[in-house]
Amino acid sequence: MQRIGVFVCHCGTNIAATIDVKAVAETLSKEPGVIVSQDYQYMCSESGQNLVKNAIKEHNLTGVVVCSCSPRMHENTFRKAAASAGLNPYLVEIANIREQCSWIHKDIASATEKAIILGKAAVAKVHLNAPLTAGESPVVKRALVIGGGIAGIQTALDIAEAGFDVDIVEKNPTIGGKMAQIDKTFPTLDCAACILTPKMVEASQNEHITIHSFSEISDVKGFVGNFTVTIKKKARFVDETKCTGCGLCTEKCPMKKVPNEFNMGLDNRSAIYIPFAQAVPKVATIDPNYCMMMKTGKCGICSKVCSAGAIDYKQQDQYIEQKYGAIVVATGFNPINLDKYDEFAYNQCPDVVTSLELERLMNAAGPNGGTLLRPSDKTHPHKIVFVQCVGSRCDDSKGKPYCSKICCMYTAKHAMLIREKYPDTEVYVFYIDVRTPGKNFDEFYRRAVEQYNVHYIKGMVGKVTPRSDGKIDVQASDLLANEQLHIDADMVVLAAAIEPDKTARPLATMLTTQMDTNDFFTEAHPKLRPVESATAGIFLSGACQGPKDIPETVAQASAAAAKAIGLLVKNSITCNPCVAHSNELMCNGCSSCEKVCPYGAITYIDKEFKMPDRTVAIRRVASVNPAVCQGCGACTVACPSGAMDLNGFSNSQIIAEVDAICK
Amino acid sequence: MQEAMINKAKQLLSEGVVNRVIGWKRGEFAYDITPAVFENAEEIEKSFVYDDFTAANVSKYLVKESKKDGKILAFLKPCDTYSFNQLIKEHRIIRENVYIVGIPGGPKLDAEKIKAKGITGILGVKNENYTLKIDTIYGEETMPFYEAVLDKCASCKSKKHVIYDELIGEDGDTLDSNRFDMVEKLENMTAQERYDFWRSQLSKCIRCNACRNVCPACTCEKCVFDNPDSGIENKAPSDSFEENMFHIIRAFHVAGRCTDCGECSRVCPQNIPLHLLNRKFIKDINTFYGEFQAGEDITSLAPLNEFKQNDCEANIIHERGVE
Repeated sequence: MQRIGVFVCHCGTNIAATIDVKAVAETLSKEPGVIVSQDYQYMCSESGQNLVKNAIKEHNLTGVVVCSCSPRMHENTFRKAAASAGLNPYLVEIANIREQCSWIHKDIASATEKAIILGKAAVAKVHLNAPLTAGESPVVKRALVIGGGIAGIQTALDIAEAGFDVDIVEKNPTIGGKMAQIDKTFPTLDCAACILTPKMVEASQNEHITIHSFSEISDVKGFVGNFTVTIKKKARFVDETKCTGCGLCTEKCPMKKVPNEFNMGLDNRSAIYIPFAQAVPKVATIDPNYCMMMKTGKCGICSKVCSAGAIDYKQQDQYIEQKYGAIVVATGFNPINLDKYDEFAYNQCPDVVTSLELERLMNAAGPNGGTLLRPSDKTHPHKIVFVQCVGSRCDDSKGKPYCSKICCMYTAKHAMLIREKYPDTEVYVFYIDVRTPGKNFDEFYRRAVEQYNVHYIKGMVGKVTPRSDGKIDVQASDLLANEQLHIDADMVVLAAAIEPDKTARPLATMLTTQMDTNDFFTEAHPKLRPVESATAGIFLSGACQGPKDIPETVAQASAAAAKAIGLLVKNSITCNPCVAHSNELMCNGCSSCEKVCPYGAITYIDKEFKMPDRTVAIRRVASVNPAVCQGCGACTVACPSGAMDLNGFSNSQIIAEVDAICK
Repeated sequence: MQEAMINKAKQLLSEGVVNRVIGWKRGEFAYDITPAVFENAEEIEKSFVYDDFTAANVSKYLVKESKKDGKILAFLKPCDTYSFNQLIKEHRIIRENVYIVGIPGGPKLDAEKIKAKGITGILGVKNENYTLKIDTIYGEETMPFYEAVLDKCASCKSKKHVIYDELIGEDGDTLDSNRFDMVEKLENMTAQERYDFWRSQLSKCIRCNACRNVCPACTCEKCVFDNPDSGIENKAPSDSFEENMFHIIRAFHVAGRCTDCGECSRVCPQNIPLHLLNRKFIKDINTFYGEFQAGEDITSLAPLNEFKQNDCEANIIHERGVE
């Protein structure tokens, strides 16, 4: 006979304000098997837990149902409490009456009714719970960092510092990411390259760090502590081990009309190229879409001039398989495509640029050697208009609903730098709000307004029209003065919204991590676990989790590293005992479960069976490796005969819950 | 054809290539042709049958037969080879223990359709220029051949053998069949019309289990409907819900594995068009995941067993359900 205890939590007013918790406790006390049913203000508190522990001892309980918040929050708390009172922790069930009930309903009567039903379902399930024992699985002492921008570099450096091997996988020919393209950084105006490139070099020289540049993740298998990742090293047609980065090939390459991605297409590069002078690894890459040798078979100049003999036109993509204990995602961001913004004439006028393009125009390694010139006629602009929030804080489908966070500050930086270097230039900034929450940020913005006389105008630009005389007519409204403005600008700079890199979504699928509707990775808890994904062993670093500036990115990168190190120092981790198992008598050996298992936990064995007619038959049956199984349950639904079942979430337990709800 | 098959069977038996033959023999009536295993030339000579009523798919029998000692000869029609392949894929048949001779398939005849014309006491049939001459105890009757063809043959998907060791006769091609016409008609109904249609059909079910027993995709060691632990075990439907659910659960269990052999509808004593449930799944799989025919090969991953990044999202079911 089951002896079940029910414990209903008020969660202060979180639950009790919407649910009549006394009525829930009272009603559930009449469920079969329930011998004690209590409510308490905070069940997760020390005294709340003692209530549970004492009841277990006093009533010799065989099962516990806690009606409280999501099991994600406190399932572990109550399992531990049960274990300390001598009850197997897997005999505890949580009925989520907070996130799935009180928080989403207003009407007390119907919310209470639903809470009772959820409680009944948990009681029905706990009747069928069996004690489970958790095993252990080893941790591979190596981390993978996906993305080699400042976030990925910082995370890798910190993990390496702790003495663990770490691999950086970067899709571009060099690490460095967006920060390498930035000219100066706010609010101190120090040069981005000057602070980034030493870190890039440090990463490449660190004995614990391996950089796979020009590489992508093609497959991820396994689970926390034991991921198996396939890395695709894309063919760069240059032998990385031989290339010295002398750059002679890039000088001699006759194909020089390739848009230069690093300078945002504002100038050209050669078909064989090194993205920029401080690239790491400093190795050339051949762009097969433009290389004459690759396209027509005629040229081969780079191969002739290369004294190291590093050119290999026949190089193939390579696949490397490596095991990791932890994975850190640092896939970063990109400015959005502005094709849909006809009103800003971005596609019609070369002097309408994005902020990232302006960074390159102002950078010493940029297309104009650091002198700010209009892309159209290479003259000095004398009047520049900055437009804020292009695609940010949008309520239409063209843009993004969120604030891109970094634009206010980099625009203030741009305005200030231009006024400093070219005092004869007038600078206008059109804004909805100026947001400067950060250390020394508001002081920085005020300097732009007060010291550098940048014209900040609250209002939005309505239309940008290129004129035949080369000027750009900017039509805007000044909301504070309540007047329409026409500015004949020489250049217009658009603060384009930022969005997660396009590689993030397929990666999230491979990693089985969650994303929000904007494709930013979702953290395990928005306040308390900001650098962990909900998938164990996957951590988040930098702008892949949400818009961030450099200091925030670096802080999060180190935090992600700390979390990864916390995992890597362990020799083994406790396994989830809620794993699948196969009823061999019913298994057909059809392989459906093996095919759907994302962890490769299922193998087949030929086993002898004594049949009912006393003959012996050899049958092919599924066998689950409990150390590898993660309990996702995919096999249990794929199994046509119902032979596969999941500990703790058996088919009969689920049906009992459904029956209790539908009764 | 029957003669050629008998000769082939006797030859392979005498050469020792096989020690048994699975074919068909006649039951009580001329149209009552059922699968049978023959162990020697005499038995074959005496009762081996292959005629216009020989529609039964023998692939499923090989689940058990292929596990016995020695090799068995199986005569497979094109549609049967799809079932055979699917069973190899599911590791239910030991391929090495079966010698497959591909034989031309239908169209096969439906005795019920002949009887519906008021023709009874059937002794035998002959197809003369697509006029069916039926020899009965009351004398000879005639009817247009195609009016007597089994539904499953009228919407045949393929005359091509997807697996065989040798062929008798020429191999055909896959056909651009009309098999989804009726499914489309059902899709175009309103929810209420469709519900009424299926109720009118499924309410006829007597739970004889013939559909399950004949289905080559239903080879579970223990069927969920026979398993007291499954929670859905029952011997007879106690209400309309159970009548519906038996067939719907069965259709879900064979989804992505059904080779559309049409045996379920052929054997149904109540003439319920069960194959339409399976065809709806086949059509949806084609729409959602790209063309896929279960049993076409033994290596491909079934769409429902595979996850691709461009797979449709689950909410498509909801979106399509909105009327």
